[in-house]
Amino acid sequence: MSVEGHTKDHAALADDFNQDEPRVNWHDETLWFIREKRDRAAFAIPDWEMLRETASQIKFHTLSNLSQYLEQFEANAQANGIIVHWAADAEEHNQIVHSILQKHGVTQMVKSKSMLTEECHLNDYLEQQGIEVIDSDLGERIVQLAKEPPSHIVLPCIHLKKEEIGDIFHQHLGTEAGMSDPQILTETARQHLRETFLTRKAALTGVNFAIAETGEFVVCTNEGNADMGAHLADIHIASMGIEKLIPRRSDLGVFLRLLTRSATGQPITTYSSHFKKPRPGHDVHVVLVDNGRSVQLGREDFRNSLKCIRCGACMNTCPVYRRSGGHSYQSAVAGPIGSILAPNLDMKKHADLPFASTLCGSCSNVCPVKIDIHNQLYKWRQVIVKEGYADPKKTLGMKAMNMVLSSPQTFKLSGKAGRWFMKTVPFLVSNKMNPWYKQREMPQPPKESFGEWYRRNRKSNE
Amino acid sequence: MNSREQILAAVSKNQPALTPMPEVPFFQLEATDLVEKFTQVAVSIGSGVFQVESYEEIQEILSNDFKIHHRIISHVPELAPFADTTPLEDRHRHQLENVDLAIVKGHFGVAENGASWVTEEVMGLRVVPFICQHLAIILPKDSIVPLMHDAYARIGSAEYGYGVFIAGPSKTADIEQSLVLGAHGPRTLTVFLMG
Ligand code: SF4
Repeated sequence: MSVEGHTKDHAALADDFNQDEPRVNWHDETLWFIREKRDRAAFAIPDWEMLRETASQIKFHTLSNLSQYLEQFEANAQANGIIVHWAADAEEHNQIVHSILQKHGVTQMVKSKSMLTEECHLNDYLEQQGIEVIDSDLGERIVQLAKEPPSHIVLPCIHLKKEEIGDIFHQHLGTEAGMSDPQILTETARQHLRETFLTRKAALTGVNFAIAETGEFVVCTNEGNADMGAHLADIHIASMGIEKLIPRRSDLGVFLRLLTRSATGQPITTYSSHFKKPRPGHDVHVVLVDNGRSVQLGREDFRNSLKCIRCGACMNTCPVYRRSGGHSYQSAVAGPIGSILAPNLDMKKHADLPFASTLCGSCSNVCPVKIDIHNQLYKWRQVIVKEGYADPKKTLGMKAMNMVLSSPQTFKLSGKAGRWFMKTVPFLVSNKMNPWYKQREMPQPPKESFGEWYRRNRKSNE
Repeated sequence: MNSREQILAAVSKNQPALTPMPEVPFFQLEATDLVEKFTQVAVSIGSGVFQVESYEEIQEILSNDFKIHHRIISHVPELAPFADTTPLEDRHRHQLENVDLAIVKGHFGVAENGASWVTEEVMGLRVVPFICQHLAIILPKDSIVPLMHDAYARIGSAEYGYGVFIAGPSKTADIEQSLVLGAHGPRTLTVFLMG
C-alpha cells in the first residue's frame, strides 16, 4: 500500500491510535514484553557492551571505506557466479527486478522479508506490470492480505489482534469464521504458502549482511521462508541497501550475536543462511541499492544511521512508538530509526517524524550498533526548522527546547534529560504545545526515570 | 555515467575519512562444559538433544516416531536402509515435498546459541533441511565450540556454495507473539551428539 501524499501528520495519527485506550495499552505491553526479552538476552552476556562497541566500530569503519568494500564485494560475488546489479534509486531497483523476471517469462514471484522492497514499493510496481507477488513471511503475508503495510520491521503485524487475523484468514484462506488460534492460523498459512513455494520460479529475499571478503550474503529468518523460496525457485533475487556490507566473514561472529538478541531476545535466528554460489544451472542476482544512502553518508550528523542492522530494538523500547503504532509514521521503516532515515529521503514529507520522540534516549541505549538515535532526532529538528518544514506549533516548542538543550553538557544527561526537562520547563510539557499532552494528564516531575514514569502514568490512567 | 559509477562516485565522495578496522577482542564463554551449555540452549529454543554412541542408537531413537510408511532421507551412508540415501538431482528437488524426516550431518555446534553449522555437501540438496517435516542433525560430540567467534574461526576461509546455521525448529511468533513451531520449515529438530 502506498503512503504517498499523506494528509495527517504523526501526531494526528497517534491521536487516532490513542482513542482506543485498551488497545493502545495492549500494543504498548506487547512491545515492552519483547524489550524485556531483549534485556534478559543482553544481560546474559557479560561482554555485551564490548560487543556493541566492536560492532559499532566495524560498521563505522565499513562506512569509511564503503566504496572499496562495494567494489570488493562485487568482484568476489561475480567470481562466485552471482550477477550483480546497481540501482541508484527505488525506481531503478524495481525496473531491474522486473527486467529479470521478464527475461525469464516469470509472472509470479514469492518474496521473503525485505524492508528495502517496502521502501521501494516493489509490490505495487510489479503488480502494475502484471506480476503477482506473494509475501511469505507470516506477518508480512497477513498484512499483505489485509492490504496494509507492515507496522514494524521485525514484527510486521504486531498491531493486529489474533481475532482480526482470524477474520483475514477466514476471508482469504477459508478458515472457519471466528477461528483465532495462532497454532491453527499458522498451520493454514503453512499449507497455503507451501503450495506457493513449490510453484514459483523466482524468489526474492532481503539481505542482512553482505561480506566483501567472500562475496557471499547472509539472510536471517526464523520461519525458513527465505530458504524455501530461494532453494525451490530457479532464480533468486537478493535486494540489499549498500550499507549492508561488512568487511569479513569473521565479522558475522560479532553481528549474529547481537542481531537476534536485540530483536526478539533469541540467541540467534533459527536460520542464518550463507549464500555464496548459485546452484549449478540457476541464477542468483544481487541488486545493490543506493536510494539516498550515499546522500545520508555525506550528512555528517546523520551518517551513523547507516550502521543500522534493522533489529527493531529501538522501536520496541520507544514510548512514542509503543503508544502510536507503526502506521502513524507513514514510512517503510517506522520508529526512532525510521524517523532518522525518512527525512533523508524526503524531508518535507517526513518533517513530522523527528518530532515523534520524547528524546528520552532509550533507543540509543538499546541499539546494538550504538547509533546515537536520539541525538540525531534532535539534530533533524534543527535542520527541519531551519529549512522551514516544521509545523509552527512545534517551532515554538523547539525554540524553548533549544534554550534547554542547546548546552551539550545538559544534553549528555540523555536518560535524565526528560526528567530534568519536566522539572525545568513544566509549562512546555503540560501544555498544548506538547503533542503528547492531549490524551493524558501530565503529573508532577517524578523522581524515577522517564520510562518508569511513563509506564506508571499509563497504568494509573487505566 | 551508469548507476554503478554514479553510486561509487557519490559514496567515495561522501564517505568519512578512513577509520581503522577495530581489533575484535577475545570473547569467552563463561560456561565451561560445552556439551551441557549447547544442550541447555538448544532445548530452550525447542530442539531435542540426545547423546549417542552409534548410528544404531540414532536409528533406535528415531524409530520411535518414524515408521516404515514415513519417507526418510539422508545423505549419511551409515543410515541405510533406515533412510533412503539415494542421491537426488537438483531438478527433482520439488519431489522432496513429502519427506517426513531428513537426517543430515552437521560440521559443528555452537554452545552459546544451540546452532549447528551445515553446508551444501552434507545436505544433498539445499532445500533438504527446510522442506522436510522433521529434521535431525548429527554432530560429533567433541565439535561444540563456545561462541560464534569460535564458529567463524573454525569455518575460516572454507569454500562452500551454501551454508547455514540451524538453531531449532522453524518457528514464528507473528500472531500476537504466540510461539508456534513449524512455520515453513521442519516442525521439530533433533540433534544427536555422537561420540
Ligand atoms: S537503529 Fe539500532 S536499535 Fe534501531 S533497528 Fe537499527 S540497529 Fe536496531
